Amino acid sequence: MGVQQQQTGQETMSDQADIRAGRLPAAAYDANFSDVKPPLDPARAVIEANRCYFCYDAPCQEACPTGIDIPSFIKKIATDNLKGSARVILEENIMGGSCARVCPVEILCEEACVRNTQESKPVRIGMLQRRATDWLMENGRQPFERAAATGKRVAVVGGGPAGIACAHRLAVLGHDVVIYEARDKLGGLNEYGIAAYKLPDGFAQKEVDFILEIGGIEARTGQALGRDFTLSQLRGEYDAVFLGLGHAGVNLLGLEGDDWQGVESAVSYIEKLRQAEDLSALPIGRRVVVIGGGNTAIDMAVQAKRLGAEDVTLVYRRGPAEMSATDHEQDFAQINGVRIRHWARPVRLIGRDGQVREVEFEYTQLDEDGRLMGTGDRFTLLVDQLFTAIGQKFVPDPLKENERDVLEIANGRIAVNDEGQTSLPDVWAGGDCTPGEDLTVAAVQDGKIAALSIDRHLSK
Amino acid sequence: MADIRCDFVGIKSPNPFWLASAPPTDKEYNVVRAFKAGWGGVVWKTLGEDPPVVNVSSRYGALSYHGMRMVGFNNIELISDRPLEVNLREIKQVKRDWPDRAMIVSLMVPCEEENWKNILARVEETECDGVELNFGCPHGMSERGMGSAVGQVPEYIEMVTRWCKKYTRMPVIVKLTPNVTNILGPARAAKAGGADAVSLINTINSICTVDLDVMAPTPTVDGKGTHGGYCGPAVKPIALNMVAEIARDPQCAGMPISGIGGVETWRDAAEFMALGAGSVQVCTAAMHYGFKIVEDMKDGLANWMDEKGYATLDDFRGAAVPNVTDWQYLNINSEIVARIDQDKCIKCGLCHIACEDTSHQAIAAERVNGERHYEVIDAECVGCNLCMHACPVDGCITMVKVDNGKPYLNWKEDPRNPQNMKAAE
Repeated sequence: MGVQQQQTGQETMSDQADIRAGRLPAAAYDANFSDVKPPLDPARAVIEANRCYFCYDAPCQEACPTGIDIPSFIKKIATDNLKGSARVILEENIMGGSCARVCPVEILCEEACVRNTQESKPVRIGMLQRRATDWLMENGRQPFERAAATGKRVAVVGGGPAGIACAHRLAVLGHDVVIYEARDKLGGLNEYGIAAYKLPDGFAQKEVDFILEIGGIEARTGQALGRDFTLSQLRGEYDAVFLGLGHAGVNLLGLEGDDWQGVESAVSYIEKLRQAEDLSALPIGRRVVVIGGGNTAIDMAVQAKRLGAEDVTLVYRRGPAEMSATDHEQDFAQINGVRIRHWARPVRLIGRDGQVREVEFEYTQLDEDGRLMGTGDRFTLLVDQLFTAIGQKFVPDPLKENERDVLEIANGRIAVNDEGQTSLPDVWAGGDCTPGEDLTVAAVQDGKIAALSIDRHLSK
Repeated sequence: MADIRCDFVGIKSPNPFWLASAPPTDKEYNVVRAFKAGWGGVVWKTLGEDPPVVNVSSRYGALSYHGMRMVGFNNIELISDRPLEVNLREIKQVKRDWPDRAMIVSLMVPCEEENWKNILARVEETECDGVELNFGCPHGMSERGMGSAVGQVPEYIEMVTRWCKKYTRMPVIVKLTPNVTNILGPARAAKAGGADAVSLINTINSICTVDLDVMAPTPTVDGKGTHGGYCGPAVKPIALNMVAEIARDPQCAGMPISGIGGVETWRDAAEFMALGAGSVQVCTAAMHYGFKIVEDMKDGLANWMDEKGYATLDDFRGAAVPNVTDWQYLNINSEIVARIDQDKCIKCGLCHIACEDTSHQAIAAERVNGERHYEVIDAECVGCNLCMHACPVDGCITMVKVDNGKPYLNWKEDPRNPQNMKAAE
């Protein structure tokens, strides 16, 4: 993988935790955080496109959460109709460009490819999707035109993939949209949460700009629900509201020392990393431990390694099969020099002067009923910096008015019907704040479905 | 190991793989490289009278399919553009250096007896093994009254062939153009003129592609194009049919055939031979991959013959000819249906949609335990083979015989034939 690393240091425990910036030569940062999966060149893309059998009622399309007509877009690459190809993709998934880069295709479209059965080598659908969407963003314009203005106005709260997808579809259908985003930039996790080498070169913002070219979408950043405005106000002001609030909270270890120096959520650190002007100025520990088994844990561990951390260990309480990070992601972490330890959970943080220095783990196993239990055996890892990636959660507080939920929350997320409509008839919701897979592509689908439902309601 | 030595109208070669008259056989350098690579013989690129022809720049067009290059190929190159004397000298030298290889010389001169008499005398001095009369070239030379302009008129073929037989002791092979409605006319004319053999097919009138920027056919010469001669793998089915038509024609019975048209592998060659060809000629495959391809042609053919128990080429030459018949003699009572090997099925659905959209709605797309499942509806299947051809997995869909207990019945005998109904009245 070409990760440039620091020389191995001495394995002694100094008085001070070793967290510092600039562990690598300046040039190494560019190399380590450039495009992790460079695009197919035109010739390779055509060769790959010709591998597609153009299946009928294709399994890949069925496996795509947004239902992109994959055989059609691939056929169009083979015939050098890249404009048409990109349009097929964007019709179902306006964030087809970022999804081409971040989708876990190995468990979605590419897993379903019939070529797997025949030769254990699927058509590289993600890479082909990138070829078409990149071409359009470089050579073309937003391929959609807005329908005649309806005079209806819709508020979208949250400028992540769900909100942007919803806003774009509404704009295409002729409605005017205002996006309220609490942060400074639109993009959501594409901008703040995904590993930097998956969406390098400011792609998240380029894609947002491309999508907003459709017109009719006003973005108001720095505007937070519950702080700057309430849902009731939006409902009074707009014909409909879409909530794409995402996950505002992270789960904590629940151990003493959660708040010590050197303990941080992976989400918070990755956000800093993504917004850093200069990665060589970003401090990282020499010995890093990441706790968790999802893609965020993998992204954190690999990025720590690529920032020059000498020793990165990812610890997960269950086995490899139970990790929500795909096999592909787990392999990627290991290729990057991350050590993965399964079947262990943290039971104690050991610190000095308010700074975490060691983490004590207990081995785990499943009992006869399949429940996770500790074995009683323990081990300790020395640590300069500890990252937690043990789940994110929807925080419903901004939806409280007069200390009461204004709409129905179920199992910690906003309850919605099949069309994304909440318990309030003029409010829809989608993305990570609603039930379902926490994937960019799933959020886009939620936004699209909700927009179509909103349009039907507004057309009545 | 099977013996693949070839004796074609007395012309002997260590194998039946000859390079056809074309750019690869235009000069000593290429032909020597071909012989070193193991080719059994060559038909030297067509000689004409001096002054030599002049060729244009940009000569070949090609058809690609799904990334496969040169599935079809065409050219607008004329006959040899080198002085006759140079060609004759080189032919003589190469034949001396490679006495075991077949050396046939292709000829094309104006349709006058004296012209043919003169060139035959000069060619004979090279001690080559035979001549091939180029009555096939469909571009350029035909505008000058040669090539396919001769090959499309059976009377001319017979006349020129007769002259050639009169003025040379060498075997005369007549190369036929496929740009006719019935190949038997030219073939019978060649036989009537005394030809020792025919070779076919020459290339087919064609425009390979149109350059949509220049708005001109390819190959494009300074903004304009002309039809060229089509060849390569895509023409093989046309060639096979024409070879078979001649092989099973009672009037042409026994006339040796050198098969040409899209031969790229030993299997292609075996197919031509099964339909009666005594040797095969190759050009496009060599122009695509170089001369080395002959190695597998020889080796593969011999291995296949060993497997089948054929000791010599004569053991299977023409073996498929008795099974080429007219439609009206096919057994109308024979029934087959498609069978899908579910273990091999990759669930692409192509068999289903091909049948559903364009044929007989005889393959059901179902879900079994949530899995895609495709099943043949026997009652609807007419045994057309479309699904088998559309399926991307070899051997996944096969056609199996239905034992319906009905005897052989052909259309001439079938009571459903309107002519039989009339007779019964």
